[in-house]
Amino acid sequence: MSRAISAKSLSFQLISFCLALSLAFPLWSQPAANVYAIKGAKVYTLAGPAIENGTVVLRDGKIAAVGANIAVPEDAQVIDAAGLEVYPGMFDPITQIGLNEVGAVSATVDTRELGAFNPELVASTAVNPATAHIPVTRASGITEVLAVPGIGGFDSEGGGVITGQASAFNLAGWTMDEMQIKRSVAMVVNWPSIQARSFDFSTFSFKEKPYTEAKKEYDKSVNELSDWLVRARHYAQAKEKGSPDLFVRDLKLEALVPVVEGKLPVLVVADDARDIRNAVDFCTKQNLKMILGSGAESWKVKDLLKEKKIPVILGPTERLPEREDAPYDKPMTQPAELNAAGVPFAFSSFGTSFSRRLPQYAGTAVGYGLPHDEALKAVMLNAAQILGLADQVGTLEPGKLANIIVTTGDPLEIQTQVRYLFIKGQLTSTDNRHRDLYEEYRKRPVPPR
Amino acid sequence: MKRALLLATVAFAALAPFSVCAQDSNTQKDNAILIKNATILTITHGNIEHGSILIRDGKIAAVGTDLKVPDGATVIDANGQYVMPGIIDCHSHIAIDGGVNEGSVSVSSMANIADVLDPEDMSIYDDLAGGVTAANILHGSANAIGGQTVVIKLRWGKPASQLPFEGALPGIKFALGENPKRSNFSPPPGVEPRYPATRLGVEETIREALIEARQYKKEWDDYNQKKAAGNQNLIPPRRDEKLEPLVEVLEGKRYVHSHCYRADEILMLIRVANEFGFKIRTFQHVLEGYKIADEIAASGAGGSTFSDWWGYKMEAYDAIPYNAALMTDRGVIVSINSDDAEEARHLNQEAAKSMKYGGLSANDALKLVTLNPAIQLGIDNRVGSIDVGKDADLAIFNHDPLSVYAVVQKTLIDGRVYFDRQRDIDARPALEKEKQDLLAKEKKAAEEKKAEGKTEGKPEKKPVAKKKQPPTSPSNAGNVAGGGL
Repeated sequence: MSRAISAKSLSFQLISFCLALSLAFPLWSQPAANVYAIKGAKVYTLAGPAIENGTVVLRDGKIAAVGANIAVPEDAQVIDAAGLEVYPGMFDPITQIGLNEVGAVSATVDTRELGAFNPELVASTAVNPATAHIPVTRASGITEVLAVPGIGGFDSEGGGVITGQASAFNLAGWTMDEMQIKRSVAMVVNWPSIQARSFDFSTFSFKEKPYTEAKKEYDKSVNELSDWLVRARHYAQAKEKGSPDLFVRDLKLEALVPVVEGKLPVLVVADDARDIRNAVDFCTKQNLKMILGSGAESWKVKDLLKEKKIPVILGPTERLPEREDAPYDKPMTQPAELNAAGVPFAFSSFGTSFSRRLPQYAGTAVGYGLPHDEALKAVMLNAAQILGLADQVGTLEPGKLANIIVTTGDPLEIQTQVRYLFIKGQLTSTDNRHRDLYEEYRKRPVPPR
Repeated sequence: MKRALLLATVAFAALAPFSVCAQDSNTQKDNAILIKNATILTITHGNIEHGSILIRDGKIAAVGTDLKVPDGATVIDANGQYVMPGIIDCHSHIAIDGGVNEGSVSVSSMANIADVLDPEDMSIYDDLAGGVTAANILHGSANAIGGQTVVIKLRWGKPASQLPFEGALPGIKFALGENPKRSNFSPPPGVEPRYPATRLGVEETIREALIEARQYKKEWDDYNQKKAAGNQNLIPPRRDEKLEPLVEVLEGKRYVHSHCYRADEILMLIRVANEFGFKIRTFQHVLEGYKIADEIAASGAGGSTFSDWWGYKMEAYDAIPYNAALMTDRGVIVSINSDDAEEARHLNQEAAKSMKYGGLSANDALKLVTLNPAIQLGIDNRVGSIDVGKDADLAIFNHDPLSVYAVVQKTLIDGRVYFDRQRDIDARPALEKEKQDLLAKEKKAAEEKKAEGKTEGKPEKKPVAKKKQPPTSPSNAGNVAGGGL
């Protein structure tokens, strides 16, 4: 914990920050280099103990070598990182980045389609590579995200049950083809909750309905979900065994085939312990590979999650307890509880503009008992493992994508700066809309009085 | 806000922290307390290592390194932990019973938040546990001129009458931009859209109301003048509860806290205030304040902003996390607020962001949530720093509060411990048992009722009362309260 409070002096940070900028820009504007060597830093590979005075070699977008006694290739651009720390970039596994520019302006939001069952929709189709959120987010050390349709936006109603497929991509690139890690990573299911009380934004008040009515709606949604899966199984059989001449493509059922075959996991978003249990029960019976999203009351069902090997992508640590009689600190202590129970989990922002708070969410959980090394994994490695992408990102090991951050210190601490950022082996600017506006307006002359 | 109600447990769950603080309610007031062996972040005169704070009658009586324990004093050994002034949240909507907005009219100055304080709002305790000791409780931003506001201390367990911060000047909420012009909200079916729908109309609405208030003030001034001159049989003007608070604004007896985002609308309100001869006390949110920091500083207004919120609506698209630092650099008194019961739980972390974004010193960052909001609310003679004579409103953290790892251990208001983390944790098993006992009792009662064959009982209105389902999975067995009900 002593790391936490040994913040470096501010002037040092500022000076080194400016140096970093002056160094970064010439490199940035040159033709893309293929080989880099980051030298002299403490390297946290997350695949073994930290390496003092380590070297990381990046070649052709991948990590080529990591270690204490690695020769610097002759063709490498050398980054002197003495006094700095090197980590895998952070992974925010539930965001709307690229799908949501300005939350309240529907013209800029592509998170919610009409209709309750839209398995054929894929997030990366509409991710805007030019969104201002990408540079802002990566400046805080997040190098890859999962964009998830059906979550977020101003309107809390609607959004459907099957909201589409989530896509993983790097936070740098000119087009989605350049950015994409994997187009279809998980099928997103907003687990139908028995909601007798809901907030209506149009009237800004709570609406109540009788429990029996809410339960009926819930049963209807779950039955429909079940029907879709049955039809997808029949569709798969028909495609395999039926006559090709008579077979007619159905985009929705086609999208569900990998789900019922257990090849594509379902990311089930649920908070209430009862909902989680119902979802687990459903997925077990249906033989689906489940990942729990949000999971505010995961702590109540941690044994079940452990038993069924269901990982959790947690919503923000910064939230109030789900119930008034839950301990005030439950959202902050829950990560430590899940860790102790052996339930794999990752932190996520569940947001767009709040994605940069990802390290803060993890750091807060450390204050409430989560071991620091586990917290690092939960923002860098675990999401990759949960989503089946750990062969590409999550640790600093040869062969993986060179998504790397070089920081002034503990990446979970609020005041830590990201000095260098590599995405797919490219030195990537940490400049962004916010810093631009800051630089522009701090130069404004004092107006005449 | 998704805090679902669980059976009838809310009623007694809310009592939990009451009982926690009841234990020391009689012993601490009027007696001396010494917090010793602390790292004291005074805000006004540096940090004191291995320091002590002596509290008498709820006030800070002495601060230093060589204080002796007075006879009979309660001693809190901080064990090297950090003591800072209680956090002051300059924009909060906690402890309000019912709606935050009287949104039916564009000028709702007759509505007063102080009339609807709810001392049992769990958010008071949640925020107390984040080191918050005082908060500016504001009306919502649906109206160009909103309701009256009140500053409270988070005296959890006290009745509503004891929440207001004694002597703090009352305020009124103004609001500019998208919210008062209802850009992002549709009226309920059958309801006509409300004027104003543009920023032009927002200015007109405010100016019109102030003209009315000035006229109303003149009527009363004339009346009082004539009465003082000895005129008999005068008929006083009819009292107008909408205009009275606005007259207080004109007379400088009530602070204006104005919700705003864009630079142009901020300058507009400064012009209008100048025209009517009063000052805006604080610009709230003020996300484009950095663009016109010099004008805000010259107007004498404070700026109370978010750390890093942006992009959630159009007028927040130019918001930058450097806002607090840049405005501070240009001479504005700046605070970081929460506007949210959850965000208020980590305002210390939010303040730390101004060191990363814009390079404020540690002490200036802490000021954003202590002394500066105290100045903005006109209560800096009482709170906001650790100085002799000020109220003993303090937060004790286990680490430097500017670190993400710092956790509040104790929160004191008026020298009394209102939050104690260890005591909260220790009380949990007993509370859980109490809850289980009550659930069992209710279940038994329901079964007995069923056995008696009574069918004419009360209709079950509340959905929560119907949640008596069997456990949905084996893991739920023996864990009745585990969310299954």
